[in-house]
Amino acid sequence: MAIIVKTNECKGCGLCVKNCPFDAIALNADRKAVVGAGCTECGKCVDACPFKAIEKKSLAAAEKKTVNIHDYHGVWVFAEQRGGKLMNVVIELLGEGRKLADEIGTELCAVLLGENVKGLTDELIGYGADKVYYADAPELKSYTTDAYTKVIYDAINEYKPEIVLLGATHIGRDLGPCLSVQCETGLTADCTKLGIDPEDKKIQQTRPAFGGNLMATIVCPNNRPQMSTVRPGVMAKAEFDKNHKGTVIELKPSLKAEDLRVKVLEIINSVENQVSLTDAKIIVSGGMGLGRPEGFELIQKLADRLGGVVGSSRACVDAGWIPHSHQVGQTGTTVKPDIYIACGISGAIQHVAGMKESGYIVAINKNEAAPIFEIADYGIVGDLYEVIPAFIEALDAKNK
Amino acid sequence: MKIIVCAKQVPDTTEVKIDPVKGTLIRDGVPSILNPDDANALEAALQIKDADPDTTVTIVSMGPPQATEMIRECLAMGADNGILLSDRAFGGADTIATSSQIAAAIRKIADYDIIFAGRQAIDGDTAQVGPQIARRLGLPVVTYVQKIREFKDGKVIVERQLEDGYEVLEVQMPCLLTAVKELNTPRYMTVHGIMDAYKADIPVWNHDDLGLAPECCGLNASPTQVLRSFTPAPKGKGEMAAGSVKDMTETLVDRLNEKHLI
Repeated sequence: MAIIVKTNECKGCGLCVKNCPFDAIALNADRKAVVGAGCTECGKCVDACPFKAIEKKSLAAAEKKTVNIHDYHGVWVFAEQRGGKLMNVVIELLGEGRKLADEIGTELCAVLLGENVKGLTDELIGYGADKVYYADAPELKSYTTDAYTKVIYDAINEYKPEIVLLGATHIGRDLGPCLSVQCETGLTADCTKLGIDPEDKKIQQTRPAFGGNLMATIVCPNNRPQMSTVRPGVMAKAEFDKNHKGTVIELKPSLKAEDLRVKVLEIINSVENQVSLTDAKIIVSGGMGLGRPEGFELIQKLADRLGGVVGSSRACVDAGWIPHSHQVGQTGTTVKPDIYIACGISGAIQHVAGMKESGYIVAINKNEAAPIFEIADYGIVGDLYEVIPAFIEALDAKNK
Repeated sequence: MKIIVCAKQVPDTTEVKIDPVKGTLIRDGVPSILNPDDANALEAALQIKDADPDTTVTIVSMGPPQATEMIRECLAMGADNGILLSDRAFGGADTIATSSQIAAAIRKIADYDIIFAGRQAIDGDTAQVGPQIARRLGLPVVTYVQKIREFKDGKVIVERQLEDGYEVLEVQMPCLLTAVKELNTPRYMTVHGIMDAYKADIPVWNHDDLGLAPECCGLNASPTQVLRSFTPAPKGKGEMAAGSVKDMTETLVDRLNEKHLI
């Protein structure tokens, strides 16, 4: 769709400008209405125009010619911060972004929004950013969809990156879709692998679909920027180099009250949700093979003994045995610990999709035909209620 | 209140299996269901209707003609009416094209106070279409809604789930909210509802009804393209433990030690 101004009909009355909720239409020097990039095609201007000089057209051609892909350069990483601390996925994105930028032969940039978080720009540069675009405003202290979308969209419009990477966090998965609509470009969700086509230097984004049963490689050939959200815990973190040099470019956010239609009343960190599976080095997971919700006490005991955290299969979460925050897999968290111990988990593909990259996988299951053994580095066929206590004993014995 | 619920019919991905020889998806016999998060979205709407009977709940779905079955399911749960967007021209739509088509339908419905959608559909897991529809309609959006606290003065106060807690947000209406499963427990269909739903007329809208040219729909309007798809390669088989439980667990401790993992 496109909003088209018939310039010979436009009388320059400015009613469209007054009625536009997005400030996306303006009068040029000849007092003719011009539709700007912020247009969401809501059609308010069409209704407002007394001369029928504005129309909304289904014009695929109009959409496509708006972007010249050769104007777009650089790889951007959304530097998501919460409470003044960078999310781990940002460091992972910088690690991956560096590789992509080097393959294309372009620069790696970070986009940081917040209030009084300029200190983080050094951190981002140390992790490889050549440039940091930084916006500082009280309205940007915590994430809100409207404010973050506006500021980053304005920056994309001005600096034209060819690739934008966001962490597939609850915030990245909110911001990404809004930016994709504003830019009318493609967004590939929850990528687990990114690569550059050596021929045309375009990005190839691979993601799981159908609950991880199928992998799909997606391209976005004709629109810019090419955008991806990337699963936390999948990409390798960038190394910190205090000698890496970069520049900070201050963005001047222009936010108005009407840009902020959602107000953050409070942010609560809840202990129940603080599982942090993504960062865990060791995960002990339980599945339906536990037989009863109390089985997670044994799982917890082994996790405590190893200094790890407790994970779970989707079935146990659906059964209400354990909160969703513990769920590993396609619709839960993707994890890549050094050790993953699957207890009583059969290994449904959607679970495996979320843990198969783990360093060393141990499977304990009664059923020797369970698919989990296909990917296990070490498989034990047996009753987990015998095996786990014996394992804890063996660990204790070794430590003596 | 006037409520629109966006719902999708999806294959039950927990039932999808891989042909071990050919390495392809086995889709035969996989049941189609109302997307789980969308059931929570509908339940949220129905709870508002329970409290205020002067509420109408309209289902909007896009899919093949057989998706009317899923809309009937929604009606049997308590929704008032449903519209299916179905057209060959919609085929191959990515999230950008899908959201444009659904937004066009909602513009046509025109009168609404709140739109609910599920956080994501289990076949694609993108979580994009909800916020994209909101953006296209110029509405404020809150994704991952785990609790609706109260409605007051044309605003709604909701809790938005985060990985490490949640935030409390005040949103101007009309708005779009996406539901997570923690929001509620979806109700069952009633016998009376099933009878009525069976008879209900479910309009099907095509691209003309939405005022979209075919080249602005489906694959033609999708910036992303699938380059290739493949089944994930299984990892090589590891070691299977042998001996007594004591032997097996002691060997495991040895292996972890050898690899300096503990």
